[in-house]
Amino acid sequence: MSDLLKSYRFREERESDWRKLDLILTRAENSGVRALSDEDMTALPRLYRQAVSSLSVARSISLDQNVIAYLESLCTRAYFFVYGARTSIGERMMDFLRRDWPACVSSATGPTLLAALFLFGGWALAFFLCMQDMEWFWTFHGQNFWDGRNPDASVEYLRSTIYTDEGEISDGQLTSFASFLFNNNAQISLFAFALGFAFGIPTAWLLLYNGVMMGSLHAVFWNKGLGYEFTGWLMIHGTTELFAIVLAGAAGFVIGGAVAFPGQMTRLNSARHAGQKAASIAMGCVIMLIIAALLEGFGRQLINSDAIRYTVALSILGLWCAYFYLPRRAGPV
Amino acid sequence: MSSTVPPAPSAVNAATVEAARRRRARMQEEERRLKLARQLVTPEGAAIRLKLATAAERAGAFLIDVAIQWAIVIATGLGLGFVMRAMDPGSANIASALWLVFFFFVRNFYYIFFELGTKAATPGKRALGIRVTSRNGGRLTANSVLARNFIREIEVGLPFQFLMMGGDQVTGWMALLGLVWSGVFLLFPIFNRDKMRVGDLIAGTWVIKNPKTKLMGDISSSTGSVAHGRYAFTPKQAEAYGIHELHVLEDVLRQSTQEVKAQVALRIRQKIGWHMQPGETDTAFLEAYYATLRRRLEQRMMLGDRKTDKFDVR
Repeated sequence: MSDLLKSYRFREERESDWRKLDLILTRAENSGVRALSDEDMTALPRLYRQAVSSLSVARSISLDQNVIAYLESLCTRAYFFVYGARTSIGERMMDFLRRDWPACVSSATGPTLLAALFLFGGWALAFFLCMQDMEWFWTFHGQNFWDGRNPDASVEYLRSTIYTDEGEISDGQLTSFASFLFNNNAQISLFAFALGFAFGIPTAWLLLYNGVMMGSLHAVFWNKGLGYEFTGWLMIHGTTELFAIVLAGAAGFVIGGAVAFPGQMTRLNSARHAGQKAASIAMGCVIMLIIAALLEGFGRQLINSDAIRYTVALSILGLWCAYFYLPRRAGPV
Repeated sequence: MSSTVPPAPSAVNAATVEAARRRRARMQEEERRLKLARQLVTPEGAAIRLKLATAAERAGAFLIDVAIQWAIVIATGLGLGFVMRAMDPGSANIASALWLVFFFFVRNFYYIFFELGTKAATPGKRALGIRVTSRNGGRLTANSVLARNFIREIEVGLPFQFLMMGGDQVTGWMALLGLVWSGVFLLFPIFNRDKMRVGDLIAGTWVIKNPKTKLMGDISSSTGSVAHGRYAFTPKQAEAYGIHELHVLEDVLRQSTQEVKAQVALRIRQKIGWHMQPGETDTAFLEAYYATLRRRLEQRMMLGDRKTDKFDVR
């Protein structure tokens, strides 16, 4: 035996354990943690530690590159498995809804206010400009926008666009319209989040632009004496939808702020911290927009009474605020 | 450098110059590879070497994923179109509405869905043997996965939108300007050391290679003690090469054809001045020489003396 290499004897003594670990990992990677038996789970930490120490020893005594490459990949896989996440998707989702999301939103009140300022600032600007001189509407929109809902339209026509007559609607149209709007809004809000990376400037512009669009349209209806009715029509889903867009903008500002003003941290670290928080907020926006689309597709067209519209809108807004901003008991971490 | 080399017969000179050039090229290549290597120190205190995926691998994985996404969208679209012919207009509308929402989720959540799994890689990444992992060695959180994928909107979506803009002169120039600006985000991975996308930067992740190496037999064991007496190399012969050549020899023995082995064996015999014995095969000779060389080099290594290659004479 003496003429066998030291490194070979080293390998021979440990090889069966390496292969055992390899087998466990392969099984876990292919069919999940549940596929592992209790013995596997108890053996895993020992086998992992042994593989890691084998790797350090092999690096200093063996020149067999296959063994070293094998151990490197084995240890990497084992490391990611041993220190990887163990929670199931369901648990994560519950955690997100119960704690993560509201916590992230309530810790970003500053950016939220800023985003709201841009959106509603643009809104107010366009509204007052248009109220003074309707020519501004054409400047903002160009021709043929919002299928005839413009300053030249008659009051009756405008009224017909915000109330639905009995028997006029078919379910199919409602859903397809709602899903189209959801697609559009969700894509825009993800966009607002992503654009935050460019120091938040494009995000601000996007919010301002959307505010101007809505503000000028608002002015058209207001001018024809339909202000109260239009607000109700808009608010029933708008409280949720606009809140979501404001939050998406806030997520963009969180990132933009962290990249532009990292403070004590390095720029990379600051971006990472902000990114985690902002991503939660953006994910939440998608959920809010799904709810908004449901309200829009069904609620808005089926409820034609102004009073009920306002009640629904304000109670939903109240629910969102309570969900996000009411202090909650610190749960077990 | 040429001034320090004493004048020599031109044939010898050309060969040495060539050898030195190849060695330099090899070392540069190694340095380039080391640039993509990162060390992860586990809580046990052991260092694991991670290799970052190259920009080309990332792009390849992305193209595969995009192809899969389109395949899903087109297949479901066609299937739906087929089924919809049998439906009344109302439910057909609902079906197309649902498909639109499905499209949104395929576009935005395809990557998230796969990267949240245990393999932390989309099918495209799996095909190329790469995976996402957290930059600080901790666990990959769901928020990181969300962040890195939502950011894709400006890396791919934005340049694409500018590309589609076009139109008359003014908007054409605007589009070009926008394209250049958004191109910065798209080409971001090429310009940083860690090959991070903007999304990786925001999420605190990077993408590493995840090779699955098979453990093969040890070559030195197959020669056994039978051959030992037969191939008795002198210490000088066992010293002729270094670690680099040993690794090349290992690759030759594991992967090459018989012809290559014959050529390599010929070169080694010439270099160490080995006289072929009756009944000696190339493979047996190479395996025996591999074992001898490895024993010698491992002994030296344990004494803290790594002989990197045949030029390393101390």
